[in-house]
Amino acid sequence: MEKFTQHTGVGVPLRRSNVDTDQIIPAVYLKRVTRTGFEDALFAAWRGDPSFVLNQDAYTNGSVLVAGPDFGTGSSREHAVWALKDYGFRAVLSPRFADIFRGNSGKQGLLAAQIAQEDAELLWKVLEANPGTEVTVDLVAKQAHCADVTVPFQVDDYTRWRLMEGLDDIGLTMQHESEITAFEAERAAWRPRTLPAKHLPPVEVVAARPVAAPRHADDALA
Amino acid sequence: MGRTLAEKVWDAHIVRRGTDGAPDLLYIDLHLVHEVTSPQAFEGLRLAGRPVRRPDLTIATEDHNTPTLDIDLPIADRTSRTQIETLRRNAQEFGIRLHSLGDADQGIVHQVGPQLGLTMPGLTVVCGDSHTSTHGAFGALAFGIGTSEVEHVLATQTLPLAPFKTMAITVDGTLPKGTTSKDIILAIIAKIGTGGGQGYVLEYRGEAIRALSMEARMTICNMSIEAGARAGMIAPDETTFAYLQGRPHAPEGADWDAAVQYWRTLRTDDDAVFDAEVVLEASDLEPFVTWGTNPGQGLPLSASVPDPADMADENERVAAERALEYMGLTPGTPLRDIAVDTVFIGSCTNGRIEDLRSVAKLLRGRTRAENVRVLVVPSSARVRLQAEAEGLDKIFLDFGAEWRNAGCSMCLGMNPDQLQPGERAASTSNRNFEGRQGKGGRTHLVSPLVAAATAIRGTLSSVADLGPDVVAPDGSPLTDADRGLLSA
Repeated sequence: MEKFTQHTGVGVPLRRSNVDTDQIIPAVYLKRVTRTGFEDALFAAWRGDPSFVLNQDAYTNGSVLVAGPDFGTGSSREHAVWALKDYGFRAVLSPRFADIFRGNSGKQGLLAAQIAQEDAELLWKVLEANPGTEVTVDLVAKQAHCADVTVPFQVDDYTRWRLMEGLDDIGLTMQHESEITAFEAERAAWRPRTLPAKHLPPVEVVAARPVAAPRHADDALA
Repeated sequence: MGRTLAEKVWDAHIVRRGTDGAPDLLYIDLHLVHEVTSPQAFEGLRLAGRPVRRPDLTIATEDHNTPTLDIDLPIADRTSRTQIETLRRNAQEFGIRLHSLGDADQGIVHQVGPQLGLTMPGLTVVCGDSHTSTHGAFGALAFGIGTSEVEHVLATQTLPLAPFKTMAITVDGTLPKGTTSKDIILAIIAKIGTGGGQGYVLEYRGEAIRALSMEARMTICNMSIEAGARAGMIAPDETTFAYLQGRPHAPEGADWDAAVQYWRTLRTDDDAVFDAEVVLEASDLEPFVTWGTNPGQGLPLSASVPDPADMADENERVAAERALEYMGLTPGTPLRDIAVDTVFIGSCTNGRIEDLRSVAKLLRGRTRAENVRVLVVPSSARVRLQAEAEGLDKIFLDFGAEWRNAGCSMCLGMNPDQLQPGERAASTSNRNFEGRQGKGGRTHLVSPLVAAATAIRGTLSSVADLGPDVVAPDGSPLTDADRGLLSA
């Protein structure tokens, strides 16, 4: 996971509360086999509306979302975070996040920063008055700067540490890689390895056919 | 104080002991992979630029989605085809051994591990599939994991794991003729309930368990998850060693000797204490069948469909009412009078060679009940080849059954093998959930022997219902081997 200490990018004012994960990404997009490529699915229901904020040129390349309270409620789908990240967002600022969404964000390197309701209003005003204005999110100082406005935000210490160190669950485990390697060095010789592959001699597997087809070779001849 | 079998295996895999409530980090000996739960895990690795740490401890096969007919033709279903093609690409890119459709070593992931000799006592085995508990039959600690954990194991060959509790399930006595290990596990689940094993690793022990073959033990451990357990285990013994020796990946020479010496220590110490204990008497058992929509809703075949009104527990009553409505059953109906449309013989629970032999033994020289469709799906391509070498396929075909290629098939209906709405099946698989085998399909979980007897009679039946000439309808004498097949 990429380390996150500070990020600067275009701020996107999303004046909505209770943006649930079905709105972030509808269920129809969950059948895919990939973990990327969800950018088209982000806010899919709203993207057809020309007045939607991301359809306005100044905000199209946004990477800091400033949303209303209760962002990310509903289904636990991790796809919601993937879609935001795939679109290009690095941080979401909101007065209140759903727990699961906040947890998922932390695992995937998306900063979910909690701000005061009045600070959200303040940021919206600046971003709407001057579309395309950049927001700098400073995770070290736990502050967001936008034009001449500076607002504090909250993020739990553990998530902050993980983001700043660029550690996901796997990254955390790999901090103990030397212990894993030491364990492996002691692994008994009898314990199995799948490679090099050993198996019984290869034999041709004959495809079964639907019942309507002849059942035996003999039948086919007759 | 002594330790249980599960605790011994756990302790032998601790890479790093968790402190301050953090979980222990455990090393994983064997990671089994299939097409459904792996795509996003590989994608995650790709995004993070991580390799698979130990391709040599990882093996993949295609099973959940694979068709069991026309396997040499392109897969018709687009989603299935995409998942399988994705696995093939990922295996290639990350250097993982893959047994694809058409390969002699392809099959259900829980058959592939044991038949290659990769599953052994004392291992930790994981797979993105809940029936990974099957491998516990060898005295391995084996459990199902989610996609993010699949990625974690691929990247690190370890998993942070929360501690478990231990439960001893002792099955004393001898199984009566016509009953099998499937009846043991269905009886256990009916006794402790589908949540009875929650948080526990179960250890099956006792005289009746010791008497079982490896394959029969796998059936029991396979369904541990249906009791809600994290895993199920059986201590390794001579039966285990005999099954393993000579298999392609079994240790050889000095390694074999060292392994067996260690494996013999893998038993629960006499002074170890389990967190819970359950005792069952095997000689009391009869063939078991389920009447409802969870594996805990089962009864002996001689019983009748229960009346929810008799149930004291409110939740149990409501669940039973709902189940009977879905199953289209009336309280008081003898289970033996329930007619089925389909008999499914297969799955990671009961699709192995011994299962097919015991079924063939009953079907030989008999005719299929009218209007009953019989599907026989071996658990792996090798099992299919073995069955054909023994002539079992001819018996199935002569009986009027369909003899298919290997895979999960109708157990979960991810491929075209599905029940139609309202259709009723006697199935040797593991789950009778609503819609599991096809939307609106009605499933009765049964043993292979009950499945075979049902295919002959058309209603849920046991071997005893076939009459005194049961084993030798063609007049051939009853051998000791026949008796063995029918009693265990």
